[in-house]
Amino acid sequence: MTDALATLAEGTGVARSRAPAGGRVSRSPQLQDLSPGEARSTRWRQASPWQRRATRLLVPVLILAAWQFVSEAGLVSTYVLPPPTAILAAFHELIVTGELQSAIVTSSARALSGLVIGGSLGLALGLFAGLWKLGDDVFDGPMQMLRMVPSIALIPLFIVWFGINETAKIALIITATAFPIYLNTYAGVRGIDNKLIEAGIIFGLDHKKLARRIILPTALPSILVGLRYSAGSSLLALVAAEQINARSGIGYILTIANQNQRVDIIIAGIIVYALLGLALAAFMTFVERLFLPWRTDIVLG
Amino acid sequence: MSSASPALHPLDPQSASAPTDTAVHLRDVRRVFSGREVLGGIDLSIPPGEFVALLGHSGTGKTTILRILSGLDRADAGTVQVPTARSVVFQEPRLVPAKRVWQNVVIGHDQNRAARETAIAALREVGLGQHVDAWPKTLSGGEAQRVALARALAVEPDLLLLDEPFASLDALTRMRMHDLVAQLWERHHPAVVLVTHDVDEAIALADRIIVLNAGRITLDVRVNLSKPRLRTDARFGTLRQRLLDELGVISQPARHE
Repeated sequence: MTDALATLAEGTGVARSRAPAGGRVSRSPQLQDLSPGEARSTRWRQASPWQRRATRLLVPVLILAAWQFVSEAGLVSTYVLPPPTAILAAFHELIVTGELQSAIVTSSARALSGLVIGGSLGLALGLFAGLWKLGDDVFDGPMQMLRMVPSIALIPLFIVWFGINETAKIALIITATAFPIYLNTYAGVRGIDNKLIEAGIIFGLDHKKLARRIILPTALPSILVGLRYSAGSSLLALVAAEQINARSGIGYILTIANQNQRVDIIIAGIIVYALLGLALAAFMTFVERLFLPWRTDIVLG
Repeated sequence: MSSASPALHPLDPQSASAPTDTAVHLRDVRRVFSGREVLGGIDLSIPPGEFVALLGHSGTGKTTILRILSGLDRADAGTVQVPTARSVVFQEPRLVPAKRVWQNVVIGHDQNRAARETAIAALREVGLGQHVDAWPKTLSGGEAQRVALARALAVEPDLLLLDEPFASLDALTRMRMHDLVAQLWERHHPAVVLVTHDVDEAIALADRIIVLNAGRITLDVRVNLSKPRLRTDARFGTLRQRLLDELGVISQPARHE
């Protein structure tokens, strides 16, 4: 019997309201206040976007300031670590002579052509192995073995095979970029829920239409993740490839600077590589937004 | 709409010529999974436009029959004849996340302007006219299942297969879906096979209820109640009790074992 029923029966509501029911004593629980109010929101949550952006810049600015300070104060020799202002001057020098611009064009062209060829190769093999049993049997085993070879280890071999000109460099970038996109394409195609395929079959899709309307669109996020990794690899391979007797490109600027002991230019060159990486990442984000509008997390995130 | 004889489509080479006034013709259908007999000789004829519910416990072969009727699975022996124009609503919506709602509805059509019109019409019928260009991920569970229903109707099926399509919906949404399915069936009149665990759902919707037990049909009853069928109707209760007894659910004071 509950309190309420007992109360109704006896008609004495007030007196019995805290009386034990069925001999059990209900202990008053300790309450926690979860209502919205001052207590819950910290001040930082209410900071304006500008305040938060400024805060993000805080650490990088402090590092630059410290870097400048140790150089100016003579704590570290400017020969070993030139100050940020010297790096800016080096950039200025490279831009005025036009070296930087032509080097960026040359290096980007190398990375992109390797990425396009290697990426297409990886995509084609990934689709073939993902969609067809034959392709799986023929290619997946060898690809899984070959991907274990660090591409940089191939440099001596490629020099013997292709010489020390452009071919060896592009070949290295191709091998570095083919694997990430292969693996992700294969996994994306294989990972599709069989229930979706069944629904496609019920509604009359043949193999070609299943691939075009269900499998490829659904595997696309995974394929683009592969492309993102491949883009990263293309840059790594570019840096390694440009150590092979470069006569142009960012690697060449670095080689010359190295011979002339110009640490400021070396650091400038490294920064250019980093900026190329940032540009590629931004480009990939743009591509993902363009091709995956249905991924609400990307659009709204 | 059409209760005319649908084009029959034999799913088995040894099929004899079937009667032409049936939408589904199963004769001595058997199915064995790794040595275990799941269907032990099913005979079942369904005339065009009839709404049949398949009731049974899990593992009694309901879903196997449905998969054989859909063509996703093949019988090991027997005759299976079903209409060429057939479609399925599964337990999950099974929509392609990368395609807009309307493209999902006409996934099997050539996706041109006419197909879009077809999709819009089907979506309006299930009350989703305003979600034509939405992405499936933005829909609620009930809405996604209504898209699946629109997709099944857009092919104008002679046989509509419903594989526990309301099982994962909340109780209120499920009741609305029952009304919607009843309305759509009145309008389009395909033969329907509904697989369900839910006795009340079967009585509310079906013309005929078939109970399966261990791969065999153990009961085949007509539901002679006028629609809408109210649970308060005494005959509803009687039929319900009979079906529960057949399913071995004891609702009288419990037997202790």
